[in-house]
Amino acid sequence: MELSPDETVFWSHGFIQINLTIVTTWVLMLAMVLSSWLITRKLKADIKITRWQCILEMIVTGMNSQIKGIGLNKPEKFIGYIGTLFLFIAISNLCIIFPGYEAPTGSLSTTVALAMSVFLAVPFFGIVETGILGYLKTYIQPTFIMLPFNIISELTRTLALAVRLFGNIMSGGMIISILLSIAPLIFPVLMTILGLITGIVQAYIFGILATVYIAAATNEHKAIKLVKNNK
Amino acid sequence: MKINWFTVIAQVINFLILVWLMKRYLYKPILNAIDEREKKIAAELANAETQKAEAAKEQAELKQKNEQFEQAKKGLMDKAVNDTNEERKKLMEEARNDADALRSKQEDSLKAMQENLNQEIVKKTQDEVFSISRKVLAELASVSLEQESTNLFIKRLNELKDDEKKKFIDAFKADPNPVLVQSAFVLPAQQQTDIQKSVKDILGGETQFKFSVSPGIISGIELSANGFKVAWSISEYLNSLERSINETIKEKAKPEAEKKTDAGKKAETETEVGLAAKEVPVKTEEPVAKAVPEKETEAKAEPQKK
Repeated sequence: MELSPDETVFWSHGFIQINLTIVTTWVLMLAMVLSSWLITRKLKADIKITRWQCILEMIVTGMNSQIKGIGLNKPEKFIGYIGTLFLFIAISNLCIIFPGYEAPTGSLSTTVALAMSVFLAVPFFGIVETGILGYLKTYIQPTFIMLPFNIISELTRTLALAVRLFGNIMSGGMIISILLSIAPLIFPVLMTILGLITGIVQAYIFGILATVYIAAATNEHKAIKLVKNNK
Repeated sequence: MKINWFTVIAQVINFLILVWLMKRYLYKPILNAIDEREKKIAAELANAETQKAEAAKEQAELKQKNEQFEQAKKGLMDKAVNDTNEERKKLMEEARNDADALRSKQEDSLKAMQENLNQEIVKKTQDEVFSISRKVLAELASVSLEQESTNLFIKRLNELKDDEKKKFIDAFKADPNPVLVQSAFVLPAQQQTDIQKSVKDILGGETQFKFSVSPGIISGIELSANGFKVAWSISEYLNSLERSINETIKEKAKPEAEKKTDAGKKAETETEVGLAAKEVPVKTEEPVAKAVPEKETEAKAEPQKK
């Protein structure tokens, strides 16, 4: 029994290996980009807009308000990364309704990749927003004694992100495949519905956590400044 | 549950590409569109606000103008009404004045007419009364009456005052013509002699006499010499009566004319004219009625005394 779509390999040449995860990701990427392009190529700035544009605007503004709610005051800077993260995970999880589909997020490689991107994005945004020193100072907050713990937390939370998503999606897929062999009627459908909810929740959690980490990295500097000014 | 590191790297790259593509095709256009629309809506709202403000301003202006117009209209209407009222008053006043003038003119002309009529009536009555008197007296006159008249005449001659006598003498001397003695009837010789004698007593010396008959005297004798005149006749009495009546009428007419100018009321003038019309004949009648018997008694009394 295959636990991961990584194991379905289409073509390999030494280290290079084109497996189901990568192919599915490409297909999803293509679908997302194409649909976005199709909708946004004839955007209207009028008061009356198309329904598709309205849906996209709702999604985008919804994400914007969420990012803003967490504490990033300029969400348009971060929506590109955080929004894509959420949409990619959400869509790959929602596509389980298609028979024979295997979510790329069910592969530990994908979740690790996403977690690593978060791991890299946090210092990236932190440095962009507050400078290298500003970012590095966040490691010795509140005192320098916390430095090792901060470093450990940085690593462990990345690991936790990867494993949480992988575990949830993989387990969902596993349960469905097991249930198909035990009770092929009705129960797989219910589990699929449950899987859809889990998928959305996981996408939301992943996105929110990434936002929180980035916000922590960018706002720490501001918080220090505020404390100093008050003193 | 192995981690395929190539897949990891590939997924990281895939994800970064997806981020770029999504930014390019989804977030940017959508956010731009939203911003643009928001701007547009804001602009339209601002525009609407401006238009609203303008409309309010225009409405206020219009209202003000309307009020001004209303006021002006009211003012004009009031003025027109006032003017009309004034004009009406003026016209009414003029009409009243004209009517008054016309009425007073009519009244005046009516009064004048009435007066003329009254005067005519008075005149006619007077004439009638005199002609009747004359006729009666003329019919009554006779030779015996002439005798009495001659006696009265002689008596008057004798009773002439000194200055009158002197005037008579002067008049006689200035004119050599004979003394003219007129009477209604031919005087008998005796009477002529008596008269001559009396005149001669006054004048002294020779005097020429001329006796003539004049029926207009009615009854009596008249002596005239170069403007000087001594007479006794009923006609003379009647003439003096006529004179006095005429004077009375004239005196009566004067105050009436004054009253006429003062009074504008018709009734008053009417009564007055009526009074005048009534009074005059009464007054004229009285002296005639009285005068005639007086003359008669006088004429009769005189010879009795003799």
